[in-house]
Amino acid sequence: MNVIVEREKSLEALQKRIEDLRARSARQNVDGFDDMRVLEQKYTELQRDMFGRLSPWERVNMARHPKRPIASDYIAQFDRFDELHGDRHFRDDPALIGGFAKLRGRRAMVLAQQKGRDTKENIRRNFGMVAPEGYRKAKRLIELAARFTLPIVSLVDTSGADPGIGSEERAQSEAIASCLLALSTARVPIVATIVGEGGSGGALAIALADYVIMLEHSVYSVASPEGCAAILWGDAGRAEEAAAHLKLTSDDLVGFGIVDEIVEEPLGGAHRDPERFVGRVLAAVEAALGRLERLSPDDLLAARREKYRRIGAWRSGVEHLAAAAP
Amino acid sequence: MPMPEWLRIRRDEAAPADAAMWVKCPSCGELLYRKDLEANLSVCVRCGHHFRMHAYDRINMLVDRDFVEVGTDILPGDPLAWSDRRSYREKLESDREKSHLSEAVVTGFSTIGGFPVALGVMDFGFRGGTMGTVVGERITHLFEEATRRRLPCVVVTASGGARMEEGMLALMQMAKTTLAVAAHRDERIPYLAVLTDPTTGGVSASFAFQADILIAEARAAIGFAGRRVIEQTIRQKLPDNFQTAEFLLEKGHVDMVVARQQLRDSIVRVLDYLVDGRGAARALKAVPELALQ
Repeated sequence: MNVIVEREKSLEALQKRIEDLRARSARQNVDGFDDMRVLEQKYTELQRDMFGRLSPWERVNMARHPKRPIASDYIAQFDRFDELHGDRHFRDDPALIGGFAKLRGRRAMVLAQQKGRDTKENIRRNFGMVAPEGYRKAKRLIELAARFTLPIVSLVDTSGADPGIGSEERAQSEAIASCLLALSTARVPIVATIVGEGGSGGALAIALADYVIMLEHSVYSVASPEGCAAILWGDAGRAEEAAAHLKLTSDDLVGFGIVDEIVEEPLGGAHRDPERFVGRVLAAVEAALGRLERLSPDDLLAARREKYRRIGAWRSGVEHLAAAAP
Repeated sequence: MPMPEWLRIRRDEAAPADAAMWVKCPSCGELLYRKDLEANLSVCVRCGHHFRMHAYDRINMLVDRDFVEVGTDILPGDPLAWSDRRSYREKLESDREKSHLSEAVVTGFSTIGGFPVALGVMDFGFRGGTMGTVVGERITHLFEEATRRRLPCVVVTASGGARMEEGMLALMQMAKTTLAVAAHRDERIPYLAVLTDPTTGGVSASFAFQADILIAEARAAIGFAGRRVIEQTIRQKLPDNFQTAEFLLEKGHVDMVVARQQLRDSIVRVLDYLVDGRGAARALKAVPELALQ
């Protein structure tokens, strides 16, 4: 069960009591004003306590919140989106959508990991876990974008690449490795936004970018906390502990120089005010594209190389980075 | 073949005093005399099982004679200040003692069949061959040097994937190495990857599968997700040959599967098609350090 959803339920109960009290005092014409003010104050305090400072594990839950804006919520606020399907070899992967888009008049190629809103859609979209044909579609669209000089906007939201038998049979490793190569040589601006979960190589496959934006409560990690706990301790149940170790929050990653910008979320998370929030994220994407478009393709590629070249140097460098982290 | 000087120096440190004289083959159960096994490139004489190899033994098996190691000054820190049952620093220290390696990859220059090459060899014995910042940095440095000197790259992979204890800094090495491979590729210099047991996760999904030519060592386990992860996900047992080199060949993922005894020859044959110019003169021009050995 999602710990954030649990908390929201307990808050809802309190809110309901406040409403009941208000209704009763109005009906009976008695003065319940003091009680009500106390309760309302308590409600505000509780809300701040619950959501003001989130632990890494709470952020993992926020990133997986069933109401958190998903890729389609962002795409809905583009001026236009024309989806392009398929890897031209095997099938169209519904876990990764891509296509032409206009963002406030600017042409772009969008690549996005798409989770579902409900169980049925999640099953169809494989919970946003992309198969090799999804990464091959992404690679095709990256190359298309580079040929016709469309900047690339990617929206990252996956617990990891699909680990099924079929994905292994169709060379998941090669698909991700080739997608990374395509992004590293595309002579157009690339802006990646971690909108929910950024899980492992499956996330990075579309997140190697010139500029990386992360939502305040999104998480981005070397493996999902469950995967990490299973790998290190043979027990996926110790995910909360793994989350505390992994340094997967937006603050951590800005400290490491991996993320360039954090978009702050409303108290309680992005889903409390989704429309406006998505607009703010897209404004940040648009601003980043504007800055990157001023660079020549050569400078852009040199800067991209330099950005990743600096991440994780040897001993002295690494300790320097650790010291810079919060 | 006499033991070359570069290896003798390391072997003196590396010879484990407590190594058992007899080794049991995990595949057929045959008891093998350690010296015979080593003389047979750590392949079981009875069933052909390929034992995992120490990076220096692998290098010795591949190179003509000399090997100039680079990147030894690139050493691990503890960027996340990680500690679970043991601290990350302790884990590194005990693996250093156990493996006689400073990290999970050895990089350097040498010649193979007279072709000067940049050579990287991973070792599963150090943190399961996982890629953290040091593996990423050494591989990146190797590709940069290879690009600058116009040398083909040969990388022998063995890895459980990204190193958990270095978190996102480890994951980012996939991007960093990719950018270095891309630059090498742009110059049209060949890159051969030799996938050995096991090659998975962040290494297989980055520089390993980006090679021009993919050679899988016989019987090696190669894939993206680990076998256990898949079995847990689908809740059924996988067939025995799943994710083996032979399975990958059948599915079309690798160029060739080669037994260890033929590996060196196969590399030389491929280099012969892709590179013009071999011999001492070219080697010394590309790697003047070889003269100092």
